[in-house]
Amino acid sequence: MKTKTPSKLEKIIRAGHLAVTSECGPPRGSDAEAITKKAEMIKDHVDAINVTDNQTSMTRLSSLASCIHLKLMGLEPTLQMVTRDRNRIALQSDILGAASFDIYNILCLSGDHQQFGDSPTGQNVFDLDSMQLVQTVKLMRDEGKFLGGDEIKRPPKMFIGAAANPFADPFEIRVPRLAKKVAAGAEFIQTQCIYNLEKFELWMKLVRDRGLHEKVAILAGVTPFKTAGMAKYMKNRVPGMDVPDEVVKRMADVPKEKQADEGINICVETIQRLKECEGVRGFHVMAIEWEEKVPEIVERSGLYPRPVLKTDN
Amino acid sequence: MIVAKQKPVEEIIEEAKEYDKILLAGCNECVTVCEAGGKKEVAVLASALRMYFMNQGKDLKIDEVTLERQCDHEYLEEIRNTIDQYDAVISLACGVGVQFMAEKYMQMPILPGVDTCFMGVTEERGVWTERCQGCGQCVLAKTGGICPVSRCAKRLFNGPCGGSTKGCCEINKDLLCGWQLIVDRLTELGRLEDYEKLAPIKDWSTERAGGPRKVIREDVRL
Ligand code: SF4
Ligand code: SF4
Repeated sequence: MKTKTPSKLEKIIRAGHLAVTSECGPPRGSDAEAITKKAEMIKDHVDAINVTDNQTSMTRLSSLASCIHLKLMGLEPTLQMVTRDRNRIALQSDILGAASFDIYNILCLSGDHQQFGDSPTGQNVFDLDSMQLVQTVKLMRDEGKFLGGDEIKRPPKMFIGAAANPFADPFEIRVPRLAKKVAAGAEFIQTQCIYNLEKFELWMKLVRDRGLHEKVAILAGVTPFKTAGMAKYMKNRVPGMDVPDEVVKRMADVPKEKQADEGINICVETIQRLKECEGVRGFHVMAIEWEEKVPEIVERSGLYPRPVLKTDN
Repeated sequence: MIVAKQKPVEEIIEEAKEYDKILLAGCNECVTVCEAGGKKEVAVLASALRMYFMNQGKDLKIDEVTLERQCDHEYLEEIRNTIDQYDAVISLACGVGVQFMAEKYMQMPILPGVDTCFMGVTEERGVWTERCQGCGQCVLAKTGGICPVSRCAKRLFNGPCGGSTKGCCEINKDLLCGWQLIVDRLTELGRLEDYEKLAPIKDWSTERAGGPRKVIREDVRL
């Protein structure tokens, strides 16, 4: 199948393989090793590595600089970009910056509100929202134009991604919202962490009913719990997260020293079940500050070895 | 209306302590309705200040006046003949009134007595909430009459974000999610299909971003 970009992630998806992506959070300091070490741990087990953009509004080493570090290691980064902190000038400028290093994947997000992070008294920007950022990247790539209408010399070539949260409210709008993102130009979707499988499968059914699974590659998001406390925290404290009681109970019912293993088991079982879900085209494994577990999760889920592309360009 | 809240009296004292003769000026419009700067609040603040400075052994003269509006030349002119008796004015009007008075009476220090907050409504007695940020290009026709600029914490034009939970915004469980409200209204109106129309990228030049704004109506100018 024809690809629109040189993205390895795009090629793997279009070739019909289940894709595997993961992510690295940049450090709260300028030591690049913090990111390159994490990438070393996971690089053979994933097709692309997302770098988060000041996630939860905590100031960190920039996503773009981190992506460049990964690119220089010969890896395939996915630039996460939130519209919270930059206006349309800065967004387009950073997209070009990424393109100048041949970064081929972008994930367009609005971003958590700044009140969650270390700068609750700061301004936010939200000049564009996430869908409009998707449109912007598409315009820059496909028409070679800036939002202002001028021509771009050497336009960016980026596989365009967006996020979807099947668990946020109102539920009835979640599939229409995906349809909107697809209409805006999203080509792959990484979902919120999935713990409520029934609800996710219902969402996927509605996605299939509208044929959206054929227009966009949905990568199911998974995050292993390290402890029962983390499961409870995510259930009660993280907006838009749906952790069913039985999952929290399952974690709480095993002794403390076994909880990490149980968390991995739940994660692997989730992937195995969702491999059978029509329209799921891969997995986004977010092992937060637990990157060393990604290889095990990928292997036990039967997603290893990763496909090797014939012509890698 | 423009909603304001009273400044902490300590802050007002700090600003006012260097003056001996002060005029406290209320406004009969918005700040009266939101109970921050009308006649009643002027009287309460005046007694608080008198009491405080009396205890400090300071002889302070405070007079009270409440103008019909402080955002119109006509009413601000009413104090032209008396204002020179004072060393300073504490205006309990919104920031608009304070400034208009300052522009008019160039040599008089005009101190703000309220913190001006937003354009909003009286949701119930004692509770005021925001409804509009004056973006200069109203989109309410497309969003079921609910404003995505003022009622979504991220000003999303294609919301709701992934943090919307049980009708509330991700930033605060006591704050309704503007996009939940939009979806609810579109549903009531039988126009949920409008939700799927992508909202175009906003022209923010008519908003604060474009610099201080001006509206001119040639046909009504004198
Ligand atoms: S769209 Fe603009 S003008 Fe209309 S209510 Fe919202 S902020 Fe006010
Ligand atoms: S939860 Fe609703 S109101 Fe809050 S930022 Fe998200 S869409 Fe906007």
